[in-house]
Amino acid sequence: MIKNKIFTLLISGFILGLVFTGCSNQQEAGGTDEAAKRVYVAPGQYDEFYTFMSGGFSGQVTVYGIPSGRLFKIIPVFSQDAETAYGYSEETKAMLNTSYGFIPWGDAHHPELSETDGVHDGKWLFINENNTPRVARIDLTEFETAEILELPNSAGNHGSPFITENNEYVVASTRFSVPIPQKDVPIKSYKENFNGTISFIKVDKTSGEMSIGFQILVPGFNYDLAHAGKGPSHDWAFFTCYNSEQANSLLEINASRNDKDFIAAVNWKLAEKYVSEGKAKKVAANYAHNHMDEKTQTAVSVMNKEVLVLDPKDAPGMIYYIPTPKSPHGVDVDPTGQYIVGGGKLSTVLPVHSFDKMIKAIENKEFDGDVDGIPILKYDAVIAGEVKEPGLGPLHTEFDDKGFAYTTAFISSEIVKWKIGTWEVVDRVQTYYSPGHLNVPGGDTKKPWGKYVISLNKITKDRYLPTGPALCQSAQLFDISGDKMKLLLDFPTIGEPHYAQSIPAEMLMKNSKKIYKLEDNEHPYAAKGVKETKVERKGNEFHVTIGASRSHFTPDNIEGAKVGDKVYFHVTNFEQDWDIPHGFAVMGNRNSELLIMPGQTRTILWEPQKVGVYPFYCTDFCSALHQEMQGYIRVSAQNSNPEIKYTLGE
Amino acid sequence: MKKQSRILLAIASISLILVFFFPIWRIYLDAPQYPEGLGLNIWVNKVTGLNSNDLETINGLNHYIGMEKILPDAIPELSIMPWIIIALIGWGLFASIINKKWAVYVWLCTFIIVGAVGLYDFYQWEYTYGHNLNPDAPIKIPGMSYQPPLIGQKQLLNINALSIPFVGTYVILFSVLISFFVLIKKKTVGKN
Repeated sequence: MIKNKIFTLLISGFILGLVFTGCSNQQEAGGTDEAAKRVYVAPGQYDEFYTFMSGGFSGQVTVYGIPSGRLFKIIPVFSQDAETAYGYSEETKAMLNTSYGFIPWGDAHHPELSETDGVHDGKWLFINENNTPRVARIDLTEFETAEILELPNSAGNHGSPFITENNEYVVASTRFSVPIPQKDVPIKSYKENFNGTISFIKVDKTSGEMSIGFQILVPGFNYDLAHAGKGPSHDWAFFTCYNSEQANSLLEINASRNDKDFIAAVNWKLAEKYVSEGKAKKVAANYAHNHMDEKTQTAVSVMNKEVLVLDPKDAPGMIYYIPTPKSPHGVDVDPTGQYIVGGGKLSTVLPVHSFDKMIKAIENKEFDGDVDGIPILKYDAVIAGEVKEPGLGPLHTEFDDKGFAYTTAFISSEIVKWKIGTWEVVDRVQTYYSPGHLNVPGGDTKKPWGKYVISLNKITKDRYLPTGPALCQSAQLFDISGDKMKLLLDFPTIGEPHYAQSIPAEMLMKNSKKIYKLEDNEHPYAAKGVKETKVERKGNEFHVTIGASRSHFTPDNIEGAKVGDKVYFHVTNFEQDWDIPHGFAVMGNRNSELLIMPGQTRTILWEPQKVGVYPFYCTDFCSALHQEMQGYIRVSAQNSNPEIKYTLGE
Repeated sequence: MKKQSRILLAIASISLILVFFFPIWRIYLDAPQYPEGLGLNIWVNKVTGLNSNDLETINGLNHYIGMEKILPDAIPELSIMPWIIIALIGWGLFASIINKKWAVYVWLCTFIIVGAVGLYDFYQWEYTYGHNLNPDAPIKIPGMSYQPPLIGQKQLLNINALSIPFVGTYVILFSVLISFFVLIKKKTVGKN
């Protein structure tokens, strides 16, 4: 019966969607001049906000300007990038190390800016990897990946990396439950053998360095998304979960049977206390912790062997389940920290829970049974209100600075604006098509900056010039400064833009690094000047320590390499001038190029296969004489004994 | 000299100390590739970049036209000038203490001569840098030299050079004007 209802709902949703789509193009035609003015950033002027978007299955993070929608940078995070040599150069390979070895790709989902007192502080950006559970930290002075931490006892790191008000913890919950620890069991033994975990990753206040504080072992549901509390709910973090049916096959039907699934409310302060009291068990594990050493500019990968795991049975009062209708997806906490919105993706209403009521319900033990000893709170005892007609398939909610909330509805393809407290819908606007997350600048913090909402759409279809079957992904910018939301701009994005966060430009641009200081470069193969350039043989390793400046390499004629050698080109960019990177590529190298920022040293490995003389050159147009920036390396026969010679200008 | 004049003279001398804290000349270089600005500060005892790496960057760029590197250590004037300034300060104070008109004249004359010779020397350095070009330079334009102006503006290929006296020079001028004032005042007093 219920199954039928859902089916009808979905079908009608799609039909509605199609109807809306059909008349959409007329709707948005009006007011084009006004919209154009709002998104026009004159040449040489700057955007108001930086927006960090998840690159989705590209594994990277993209940096956009809002309101113009211009792409500034793709930050390589979880995937190799042949353009910048990220994951190819000897210095960066270790960033992609895991307990499974080197992994060239990742699935990036949720960018999350660091916070102080519940407001973005512009220090770091965190982002999760879903497939091989990891969390990365990006340094916002360099806009480069500084650290990647693998998560043990985890599968499908989706509910991550949401952050507490002062970066005390980055949280991470498991979308897939698996046997913990992993073992060879029948898949059908799911209910007995499978569990999820919720990880609390500590963040060092000054360096930002991550370490796993503790993990909580939870029943084998699918933990989907999360948000930490704020203000009164500071000590708590909230995690949605679906598949409370604990299905292990055909989840689209079997995990949609229950009328309500849960939001897990975790008191992390209490968990911290239990951990300090020794209630957590030390469990053997194996997980990689990779960080970019600032001085040597080289990634270091360390395997960690232990993790603290808390069982809720040993930690009473630490975790409660709040019933939430129909496979909730997003869980979002309003700026006051009082209301917790659950996006029941198959629900017809949007439930909003009250933090105060939750605390009272816990005090009064208003429970409705338990799951493995975790008390289930009574829905009516916790609910603050329900938003009626929130659109079909409500997923995610963000907040503005005026007491309104904005919820995406995937199936009806719209953003619905509603008022916190009265729960009434005040406006709705079509999106093209089917939004997942949305982003209001500062919209998940204590102090939203408001002004815009960005819809991050899952379907692109006819919005741009067609490019064959594979289309770009799509974001849309809406003005929310007035009573009615107004569509301002469509702009294409890279990978699936799962989520985005925005921060006022002035908070970051003043800290943005221009160069790396050559004098601070402690790379073991750095050449801090022409005098330190050299070529040396160490067994079958042939190390070329070379300098790049406009417009030559020092040295540029190199002899003495042999077939079968591992030739390492350690290229230091001598420049100390803004925006003068040099590139490096050698003919026939089955490896990437190098792109070296001023003052940096980067190393690429070349294994020459045939004798001959091979040219190398600068790949980044650096100066008027860039085309002259080249050199030759001679490769002699494997059994020969060539003399090492290296020169410049002879 | 009246007490007031002697104090003024002492102030004129002591204020010369400021010359060590501010550049005497500044050259702004404006190029399409450098919207953030590029330039040099000329001090009595050193040459520095306007921004932290400007000197290195300018030297790097100059190699295209074959200009010699600006190496402050290779400019002997930069080690002599500070002593001259210190001597001027000392003599000024001495003149103020011994309270002799001739001492002030000597001070002022020396001052003016030093200033004029300094300016001429600066011009000579600019001339040398601008004309003494490496014949193997990648960019050679017949008849083109790259001497920056002493004061004012000049287009040198893609770079617009603007050269102006800076705070240090104004301090020197202030000193000279005060000593003029002291002498003139004394004369008027004498006539009456």
